Order: sequence, then C-alpha cells, then structure tokens
Amino acid sequence: MDLALIVISAALVNNFVLIQFLGLCPFLGVSSRLEGAAGMAMATAFVLTLSSVASYLLTTWVLAPLGLEYLRIVAFIVVIAGLVQLTELMLRHAAPLMYRVLGIYLPLITSNCAVLGVALLNVREQHSLLESALYGFGAALGFGGVLIALAAARERLELADVPASFRGAPIGLITAGLMALAFMGFAGFAKL
Amino acid sequence: MTSLTTELVAVLVVLGLLLGIGLVLLLCARRWRPDQDSVVEQINAILPQTQCAQCNYPGCRPYAEAIAAGEADINQCPPGGQAGVDALAALLNREPKPLDTSHGEHKAPQVAVIDEDRCIGCKLCIQACPVDAIIGAPKLMHTVIEADCTGCELCLPPCPVDCIDLVDRPQPFLWPLDSIQIEVKPAPTEQERLHAHG
Repeated sequence: MDLALIVISAALVNNFVLIQFLGLCPFLGVSSRLEGAAGMAMATAFVLTLSSVASYLLTTWVLAPLGLEYLRIVAFIVVIAGLVQLTELMLRHAAPLMYRVLGIYLPLITSNCAVLGVALLNVREQHSLLESALYGFGAALGFGGVLIALAAARERLELADVPASFRGAPIGLITAGLMALAFMGFAGFAKL
Repeated sequence: MTSLTTELVAVLVVLGLLLGIGLVLLLCARRWRPDQDSVVEQINAILPQTQCAQCNYPGCRPYAEAIAAGEADINQCPPGGQAGVDALAALLNREPKPLDTSHGEHKAPQVAVIDEDRCIGCKLCIQACPVDAIIGAPKLMHTVIEADCTGCELCLPPCPVDCIDLVDRPQPFLWPLDSIQIEVKPAPTEQERLHAHG
C-alpha cells in the first residue's frame, strides 16, 4: 500500500512538472509533436528509474560509509550524465530515427532537473532501494504522462484559431498553466 | 592529518566514479557501435536523393539499405550515373561496373514544370511527388517548387491531362573567368632584386 502510494504521490499528487516545476525545459521543448514526446517520455523514464536506483546505491554503499555526503550533488550529476550517455548509445543503436527526432533534447536529459531532483529527494526522504526505484518510476510516469498530454493538446492547438500574438510558445505555456491548475485537484490525496 | 586523508578519499571516490562510468560507457560504445548504420549513411550520401524509385526501391535510403545488406547491386541508379556507380564501387571496395540501363538512362538534371493553363487541380501529382515539391489545392492550379523538385518523373503518369513537362534544370550562369589570361611572371631572383634597388 505504501509502495503504491509512493508511485501515485510522485506521479500525480506531487507531479514533478506541474506541481514542483522541475524539468520544464524538455516539457516545453519536446511537446510540439506526439511522437517526439512519447520517445522523450520513454528515454526520461529509463534514465529517471535507473538514476534513482544508482544514486541510492552510491549513497548507501560509497558516500555514507565514507562520510562524503557533501559530494552528493557532484556524484549524482556524474552518474546521471553517464546514464544519459548510455541511453543515447542504446537509442542510436536500436532506433536511429527516434535518435534523430529527439536531437539535442536527448543529451539535455542530463540537465533535466527532475532527474537530479528525484535523486536528491530520495536521500532526503530516506527511501529504501525499492522505494527509491518506485519513486523514480512514479516521477517518470508523471513526467511522461504530462508531456504526452501537453503534446497532444499542442498538436490540436496547431489547427485552432489562436490569436496571432498567442501562437506557438505562449499558448503552450497557457495550456501548461491550465494543466497545472487541474493537477492542483490532486492535492491532499496523499502526503509525500 | 585526518582531514587530509578524508579529502584524499573524496578525490579518489570522484576519480573512481568517473573512471568506472567512463569504462562502462567505452565498453557499451564498442558493443553498440552503429557501424552498419554508418555504411548505410555513407551510401545514402552518395545517392542523388531524387527518390525516383527507378532502382525498384521506394526511395534512396531503402536502396542504400539494400546495397548495404547485399540485396541490391550498385549500378541500379540512373540519376547518379556512371559517376555515382564509381563512387559506390570505391566506397564498398568493389569492381566498378557499367550502369544497368534496364533501370533507365542517365540524364542531365531535370525539373518538372506544370502548364498552369491546362492544370485542373486534381491533386494526383501532389500525392505522387516523393519530395513534396508540388503545391496546390483542390480545383485550383498547382505549381512546382523548382528548388525542391528532383526531376524524378513520378508526377507524369498520374496526371490526367498531361500538363506536366520535364525540362532541363536551368544552370546558374557562370562567369567565364577561365577565359581571362593572367600572365604569371617568375619571382625575381635575389640578384635581380638587389639590381632593382641598385
């Protein structure tokens, strides 16, 4: 029950994009097309889940025993960058077309603050290994779901009669804001 | 003393982390090297990108993949001409061979022109165009974007009123700079230069 609560909390109640405002760059950057958004959601989900596991292992086995907790951010960034490179290699091998669609946003997962945020929050909440993995997975679900939802909305907005000054990014931001308002409805379902 | 050792440990931990991740990435890069893809890319770069399908493949990239997989011969691309076959032979270390003319003859670069008086706006050529170089709306005149047209002739068969013609692509005017004779004098020797300054 607690484990399910962790996933729901990370995915909906404390959604990383719309409630905590982390990872907004890819949220707006890759949400213009549904295919790209789906690919980005999967790549980020992979990195998020693995990085929360890797950062848990790194904290409990290396940093905490040696009393080096102050190296946390540096070490996490290194691990995340390595994982993103790994994802890039695998994607280029397995799906070259998706690799080209994602373009610059793929290496930019490194600087997606949701990824670092999940790793740091795992430490703060003193999650166990399974809890860390689920928290990362839940965050990935929330990020991916919201990203795909915004991409779907923006694809329809392409055809809508939007006033000239709102076309493109502004209407995208307004849409994202309305989605954030809707997500406030989840507040109080569960505590972090 | 103790602070020095903890600092040393910190440095070693970070270095070890970097080294470990670097090694893992190196191994993975070796394992998943996109070598097959890069051959396809190189072949695709040589092909003329007319997407004319004269090679019996739906476009240049599928043909490049077929060549890389050994399913197709290298001499099936008429728009690339003999020069293209030779370039492919050089890239793949194969014997150069003559262009297979059963797929078509090599021609000078061409471009499609729509006779706009006769066009009825049926949109059939727009669907046939592999590079989206024809624009137009139903029952309105269509026209060809010259810069994007590859001269693939795929728009000719579907046109019900035969209003599309292929003409030689106009070549940009080149100033005949080679015809200007420039006299090149040999550089003066050391002695001549001393002489000139006297």
